[in-house]
Amino acid sequence: MKKNGPISRIYIFLIFLFLYAPIFVLIAFSFNDSRSNAVWGGFTLDWYLELFQNRSVLEALQTTLLVSVLATAIATVAGTASAIGFYNLRGRARTVCLSVNNIPLTNADIITGVSMMLLFVFTGQVLAQWGIDFSLGFPTLLIAHITFDIPYVILSVMPKLRQLDPHLAEAAQDLGATGLYAFFKVVLPELMPGIVSGMLIAFTMSIDDFLISYFTAGGQTSTLSMVVYSMVRRRVSPEINALSTLMFLAVLLLLILINLRQSGGLRRSRRAGRGPAAEGILSLANEDLDVPAQDR
Amino acid sequence: MSKELIRLTDLRMVFDDEVVLNSINLYINDQEFLTLLGPSGCGKTTTLRIIGGFQRPTSGDVFFDGVRINDVPPHKRKVNTVFQKYALFPHMNIFENVAFGLRIRKVPPAELKRRVEEALELVNLPGYGKRSVDSLSGGQQQRIAIARAIVNRPQVLLLDEPLGALDLKLRKDMQIELKKIQQQVGITFIYVTHDQEEALTMSDTIVVMDKGSIQQIGTPEDIYNEPKNAFVADFIGESNIIDGVMYADGVVGLYGKLFPCLDKGFDKDEPVDVVIRPEDIDIVPEDQGQLTGTVTEVTFKGVHYDTIVDFRGFKWLIQTTDYSPVGSRIGVKIDPDGFHIMKKSAYSGTFGDYSSYSDAYDELNEGPEGEDGHEA
Repeated sequence: MKKNGPISRIYIFLIFLFLYAPIFVLIAFSFNDSRSNAVWGGFTLDWYLELFQNRSVLEALQTTLLVSVLATAIATVAGTASAIGFYNLRGRARTVCLSVNNIPLTNADIITGVSMMLLFVFTGQVLAQWGIDFSLGFPTLLIAHITFDIPYVILSVMPKLRQLDPHLAEAAQDLGATGLYAFFKVVLPELMPGIVSGMLIAFTMSIDDFLISYFTAGGQTSTLSMVVYSMVRRRVSPEINALSTLMFLAVLLLLILINLRQSGGLRRSRRAGRGPAAEGILSLANEDLDVPAQDR
Repeated sequence: MSKELIRLTDLRMVFDDEVVLNSINLYINDQEFLTLLGPSGCGKTTTLRIIGGFQRPTSGDVFFDGVRINDVPPHKRKVNTVFQKYALFPHMNIFENVAFGLRIRKVPPAELKRRVEEALELVNLPGYGKRSVDSLSGGQQQRIAIARAIVNRPQVLLLDEPLGALDLKLRKDMQIELKKIQQQVGITFIYVTHDQEEALTMSDTIVVMDKGSIQQIGTPEDIYNEPKNAFVADFIGESNIIDGVMYADGVVGLYGKLFPCLDKGFDKDEPVDVVIRPEDIDIVPEDQGQLTGTVTEVTFKGVHYDTIVDFRGFKWLIQTTDYSPVGSRIGVKIDPDGFHIMKKSAYSGTFGDYSSYSDAYDELNEGPEGEDGHEA
């Protein structure tokens, strides 16, 4: 087959054009010195300045970062622990647990969001009878984020567990280490690449989630994406372009980080003569497919 | 011999209704090189793991230096293990791998450094401390695994098919080296393998196991020359195993003919299994032979020819440097010490006929590299 014929070049160019044109337009207009989204009025950074004086945006940024960092931290620990638990299950139980783990990933966000909201409201009403105040707000937002982050961590730790030599922990114990010491000193460092990938994915998911946050945050708390949404509802302000550009760049940076890590890990493991070790964010969807294959 | 160090009494191990170990009784002396030998699934690895503390026997006791250690966790036992796939810690360099046990024991830095370097020297890899695990070859990683274990000065070193992943040449070198290391450090080695040649080369004592039971315990010479049953005879080297009858002390009947032999102490007219090693048979002209047969197959093996001879429907393997063409009629002569008489056992009739002999036979004999689920 001929590589890079003119037609395939044009085709690829068109694909990338359609994919990235909207983002480039957005970025361009965030520097536009005009309220219009159609006419170029010269270059300006005013929208960025205005953005950083907007109290509601700054508060939302704080909420978003806080909820993402907290949710990621908790989900990473909980997800790693669950992954190890799942891995140590026998045959069928493990397959069932992994499938159950995968359902929330494929579930529509809106269903997850609405169902969580219902659960929180219901719980709030039950707890109100005991005089405990539990209404939608930051805590419910955090719980929701932790919940949808955990499966991503499990998915990215699992392949590392499968690669793990089951005798490593035994070897450490054999040399005098207690079970706990063996885990932290020998097993955890081996899982670390998977844990870090999972953490980064969870953080990305948390930071740009809108739907689930929208339903679980309540009236008082809002995340960045919710602020964008409410700003768009009033009128399309170029401030939004600036905010969106910044969010896009932040997520892009994270993704680049993740991919650099993974390709580094891949190169290392190839050099070591092992199979492909890194599980990219792009291969996430296939992860559940190779469960039976790896179980043989 | 020196004093007894480990004793296993009536060990039984049952996984999901499957009996993996069936009444294992065994004692192991201090400074002994003992090999657990058997095909995959025979329970040898399970026995080793019980001694290492990684598995608890369903019933029975493990004694170490006279103390029952069934409930002692692995990290408190005075044994160290060399695992089949080495199980080196990939995120640590060689020095840290070897130093792992010493660091846990809080050995002072100066002594730690000295002992690690000594251990690396012992396994012929001095100065490798700074290297990463990945940069070493399989054979080198194996040596590091040994260094990592013996640097802790255990009383017993457990080795689980440590040479299984190496190629033939390297394996032979390592066999000699392992034996040397064992004599140098003077500790007990308990070695698990399915490779009979490895066992014969290195061991002081061989324990032949099959189906969760011990078949025979003895020195390499004993096991080879006086196998207790057809399984042992077949598993250790090549054997022709023929039905015979003991007519009297020193007289055995095969194919209705009488042969002088050295074995005694059987009942008169007792049916027995007769083992004749392929190298104990001499090919002679037809008219001088004690038995006569037809050559059906000849394979050149380098040092000798594997000659398959049909004696009235039962095919024998003869290993000799004399070439006899296929189809020729030959006679054979067997000296009295070439006959090994065994009592009939559950294994009688299942081994020792070379009718289905082919080149594939050798590979079948090798056994798979990995063990089955229970042993992994």
